[in-house]
Amino acid sequence: MIELEGLTKRYGEKVAVDHLTFSVRPGVVTGFLGPNGAGKSTTMRLLLGLDRPTAGDIRIDGRHYDQLRDPLNYIGALLEAKSVHGGRSAYNHLLCLAQSNGIPERRVPEVLDMVGLTAVAKKRPKGFSLGMGQRLGIAQALLGDPRIVMFDEPVNGLDPEGIHWVRTLMQQLAAEGRTVFVSSHLMSEMSLTAEHLVVIGQGKLMADTSMAAFIHENSRTYVRLRTPEPERLRNVLHTAGIPAVAVSDGSLEVENVAAARLGELAAEHRIVLHELSPQQASLEEAFMQLTAGSVEYHAHTTAEGPEARRGGQGWGQGWQEGR
Amino acid sequence: MTTPHQQPQAQPPGGGPAAEAPSTAQAATQTAQPLSYTKPPQQAPAQPPAQPPAQPPTQPPGADHAAQYPPPGGAPAGAYGGGYSSPIPITRTHLGHAIASEWTKIRSVRSTMWTLSIMFVLVVGIGGLSAVGRAGEDNISMPMLSSGLFGLMLGQICIITLGVLVVTSEYGTGMIRTTLTACPQRGRVLLAKSLIFFLLAFVMTTVACTLTALIHHSVLSGPVDRLDYGYTSYEESVKAGEFVVQDGEWLGATVGAGLYVALLGLLSLAVGALLRHSAGAITTMMGVVLMPLVIALFMVGEAMETLREKMLEFSPLNGLASLYLIPMQDDQDASGWPLLGLLALVTAGALMAAYAMLTKRDV
Repeated sequence: MIELEGLTKRYGEKVAVDHLTFSVRPGVVTGFLGPNGAGKSTTMRLLLGLDRPTAGDIRIDGRHYDQLRDPLNYIGALLEAKSVHGGRSAYNHLLCLAQSNGIPERRVPEVLDMVGLTAVAKKRPKGFSLGMGQRLGIAQALLGDPRIVMFDEPVNGLDPEGIHWVRTLMQQLAAEGRTVFVSSHLMSEMSLTAEHLVVIGQGKLMADTSMAAFIHENSRTYVRLRTPEPERLRNVLHTAGIPAVAVSDGSLEVENVAAARLGELAAEHRIVLHELSPQQASLEEAFMQLTAGSVEYHAHTTAEGPEARRGGQGWGQGWQEGR
Repeated sequence: MTTPHQQPQAQPPGGGPAAEAPSTAQAATQTAQPLSYTKPPQQAPAQPPAQPPAQPPTQPPGADHAAQYPPPGGAPAGAYGGGYSSPIPITRTHLGHAIASEWTKIRSVRSTMWTLSIMFVLVVGIGGLSAVGRAGEDNISMPMLSSGLFGLMLGQICIITLGVLVVTSEYGTGMIRTTLTACPQRGRVLLAKSLIFFLLAFVMTTVACTLTALIHHSVLSGPVDRLDYGYTSYEESVKAGEFVVQDGEWLGATVGAGLYVALLGLLSLAVGALLRHSAGAITTMMGVVLMPLVIALFMVGEAMETLREKMLEFSPLNGLASLYLIPMQDDQDASGWPLLGLLALVTAGALMAAYAMLTKRDV
């Protein structure tokens, strides 16, 4: 259980975190979402006692981080990539952390094996790829077998296989009753792992809701129809009082009508359908609309607005968009 | 997906290691399998039986948490009914843990090995060479062990560098965030670092200096025919026609020199913690060590005579030279020990400032 109360952090004039109040419950994966520079990492640093809050409070099971006597058994954190000394071998890196918390040394090879870094245990992280660095960070987070795990952008730099692994791992950890708090700037990624969602923009709380509710409220659902006789189908739909939108690739999109009803309608008029599929428009889009006013670093290179991009369900596409 | 409050694997109250270990083992295999940078997959299934169930619970696992946070299931859990408790024995951490951790850290980076080996080569190498060089001299121009200073003057730079790096390398790499996450008691981290570094620097420097002193002794001691040595203060270096080590010379040239240089290193560590920047801290320390002497050399004229004297007297190099019985100031009988005490005070002050800043600042 992590509780934030009116958490505020100012760096000079700039407000990084602005009166954040929410809590992270055990047993589920809580996604912490926001565009780059929204204050996600700052919030996590405040939680770990690395930075001191300007105002407000952040507590872990009722206690401040520096009151924890066995912090690694309590909360495991994957910090911003490469918070390691590049010249110290992966094994020794984990060993010194284990020693600082009285964790038995046998746990070190265990976690290295868990993340698949056994073969490079004696190698120095200086030469690690981004993905290997992330794995080492995850090993570090799991070292104390903690009740709470907190991952800052865990899928950054991982290959698709690694991403799949991280998703499964997070869900598993939550299923074991742990509190899982994971930040990301990718809505599509979160929609696959998180059950609860906290969205921030420019340090302010934008949403604190369950993923299902967020999807329900924010995503556009529609049915895609594809037929060799689009004109006839449009007429039929028009007669039934159903508005349809023709998309450039020749298919039709219908909102707010069940796929079953559309299928029946087509069958009634003996229209051949090549596709009849319920679609959910991109959550990325909903997320971008939610945080549109709060994006700090706008890119001005793309001519098209966020509305033009849609259907980014695959992580790869979302990843590109999130950049 | 489960609903938020559901606990798919609710554990029985007071679940011990036997109850929980299997799920962990399972988790380990499941997670280990899908990725293999390295391992042939057939190895993975062979692992779990040998794993957690054999854990000797030195203390009831999760006892600490269990007492405060009743496990879920059955009675309604408390405000923080987080459902997981680990089979790993939980320890209340103390300074000893931090010291063990810092020892692992300092021995597992190459910079430690390099700086200490170079220090050794400089101190023993240059010291040995000057001893051999002096063996053929007609004149006794300085106490027997004192030419060990030449190598140490260079060797101390290595200790200063190591002292700075112990702290600043963590800031440079971001490791400090990990360190302070693992041990949020920042004062404890600073204390552990200081202790480990100081002991290591002291032992290594003292060993190097002792070796150098022994070389000097074996090369230089023996009968001297001539008594027309340069300075009157070195009369004590000759007894009954033999070149001998003066009273207190051994102590100053071994333990004294080791302490002095280790303290300089500790001061560097504190400066490193204050500046959090390797190059900046090393440069600052070079300035502290060399500048008083260099500035004093260029101070000419009557008006500045007193200031010049003071700068020479309190120059860190003078402290070291005085321990070798060759002080740079006019008072040729000055011992280096008061200056060593002064250095200890300055170092303690710098460490306290470093502690204050460390606890105050964001990482």
